[in-house]
Amino acid sequence: MSKARHSTLRTSLVHLALITYTLVALFPVFLTIINSFKSKQAIFGQPLRLPGPSTFSLIGYETVLKQGDFVTYFQNSTIVTVVSIFLVLLFGAMAAFALAEYRFRGNTLMGLYLAIGIMIPIRLGTVALLQGMVAMGLVNTLTALVLVYTAQGLPLAIFILSEFMRTVSDDLKNAGRIDGLSEYAIFFRLALPLVRPAMATVAVFTMIPIWNDLWFPLILAPSESTKTVTLGAQLFIGQFVTNWNAVLAALSLAIFPVLVLYVIFSRQLIRGITSGAVK
Amino acid sequence: MGSLELRNIRKSFGAQEVLKGIDLQVKDGEFVIFVGPSGCGKSTLLRSIAGLEDVTTGTVLINGHDVTVTPPAKRGIAMVFQTYALYPHLSVRENMALGLRQAGTPAAEIDVRVAKATDMLSLEPYLKRRPAELSGGQRQRVAIGRALVREPALFLFDEPLSNLDAALRVQTRVEIARLHRQLAATMIYVTHDQVEAMTLADRIVVLNSGVIEQIGSPMELYNRPANLFVAGFIGSPQMNFIEAARVGEAGATIGIRPEHLSVSPTEGRFRGKVIHAEHLGADTNLYLETETAGLITVRLFGEHRYAPDDIVYATPEVVKIHRFDENGRTIAS
Repeated sequence: MSKARHSTLRTSLVHLALITYTLVALFPVFLTIINSFKSKQAIFGQPLRLPGPSTFSLIGYETVLKQGDFVTYFQNSTIVTVVSIFLVLLFGAMAAFALAEYRFRGNTLMGLYLAIGIMIPIRLGTVALLQGMVAMGLVNTLTALVLVYTAQGLPLAIFILSEFMRTVSDDLKNAGRIDGLSEYAIFFRLALPLVRPAMATVAVFTMIPIWNDLWFPLILAPSESTKTVTLGAQLFIGQFVTNWNAVLAALSLAIFPVLVLYVIFSRQLIRGITSGAVK
Repeated sequence: MGSLELRNIRKSFGAQEVLKGIDLQVKDGEFVIFVGPSGCGKSTLLRSIAGLEDVTTGTVLINGHDVTVTPPAKRGIAMVFQTYALYPHLSVRENMALGLRQAGTPAAEIDVRVAKATDMLSLEPYLKRRPAELSGGQRQRVAIGRALVREPALFLFDEPLSNLDAALRVQTRVEIARLHRQLAATMIYVTHDQVEAMTLADRIVVLNSGVIEQIGSPMELYNRPANLFVAGFIGSPQMNFIEAARVGEAGATIGIRPEHLSVSPTEGRFRGKVIHAEHLGADTNLYLETETAGLITVRLFGEHRYAPDDIVYATPEVVKIHRFDENGRTIAS
């Protein structure tokens, strides 16, 4: 170990940069959470102050839980996110495996076609998507959202996973073939466990935009029974009056499910990295 | 047990032809080794026998049955890979049992076979461990064990020793030789290491850019190489090739193995200067810059005190000179 790599100055500079970044990133979240526990006057009066005995109030949470059907909204968001992640990971990994494993005519072209979606924002197609959903009778269903989000997540998933699928040892797959595993068994039992870290990464990247999305729920599924949390929170934002207590409380609540999912995936990520592979 | 026949095997990747018509017959219980430089098609040929690669044309017969389009698991083969290719999430026992379980073998039979293989390879203490907890040598033994339990007609080895260190390589080589004697099984083995080939094989198949250059026992290849390529590939250090006209011999090229040259400080056929000497204890290798024959290598047995810049004379054993025509083919003497 050289001295230069352990110089205190260098280490503290690195830490300073990281701490600054962490503070900047966490500040809005922190602000949302502390203000969600304050009364309306306190929110506007001292927005940066922690809730004290005189300013503490649960009025926001009460409003959220009383008004509107927030349990349903949470349920909708969770269903849409979890099902979309599942489908993105399943189809993404399958496509990536096929692109990485099989030699067929147009392989490269197909890979490019599947990845090009990264560069084209899916929202440009909103009108066409809405027309399609209307034609299929899927407006105001969670299915509509799941379909759109799966399509939105697939390009990046395929792009990342196909790189990782290429690293899975050919010998291992061939050993499976000789032992009589079907191509599906090789995919599910040999390849998937080895690319788990990449899957976790893709899951996190896919999950956040879906959970936070306001656009597609507003356009494709705005009915009371299919509202997602982000859309539900808009209930409290009026043209003239905004119930900030309720908005902040709803947003604070919305952080937790996504945090739980993140913890699950990041544990997978670490376990994936530490498990031994071929050599 | 197992015999293998290849009839006119050809394999192309796109426009590039990798195997250019391979014909081969392997008898029951034979140990056949494919050697050749990298890219000569030896691994592709092995994978074609295994069914991991479809042949473009030609027929593969195992035990007389045409298996050209049979999937790998149903060909009655087992394969040991260079990277071991153990299933990382399964224990050693499960690694060995998986193939049989897929084939629907009864559990009692699986236990018997796994126990037998475990016993043969002394794997007993590791049965419950995962591959990640084993050393390279142990992993290779598990990979061999996984092949054994299948009780295949053909064992296929794809450079199984190249990931092991030198000491372990010798040890595992001996183990494979012992297994072959014990099982009397048919084995096909791919390597680029001619020492492995010479020490293990009943017959060696020398491949070069997709064609078989020569098939024969190790000593046949050593004593009677069919052409320049085989002569240069088998034997270490490499055979010296000298333009026949320069030294007044018949044929286009003559070949003299380094061990068939003797050296004297006073007189001999090729006068030359020592440019480098390798002292290995059992052998001494001298690299000579000679006036008539160019750069030649001499292998002397035992210790000899030659140093760079010494002037010496090298003389070949006349009966051990190989002669080749202008197409590189051996001229029968």
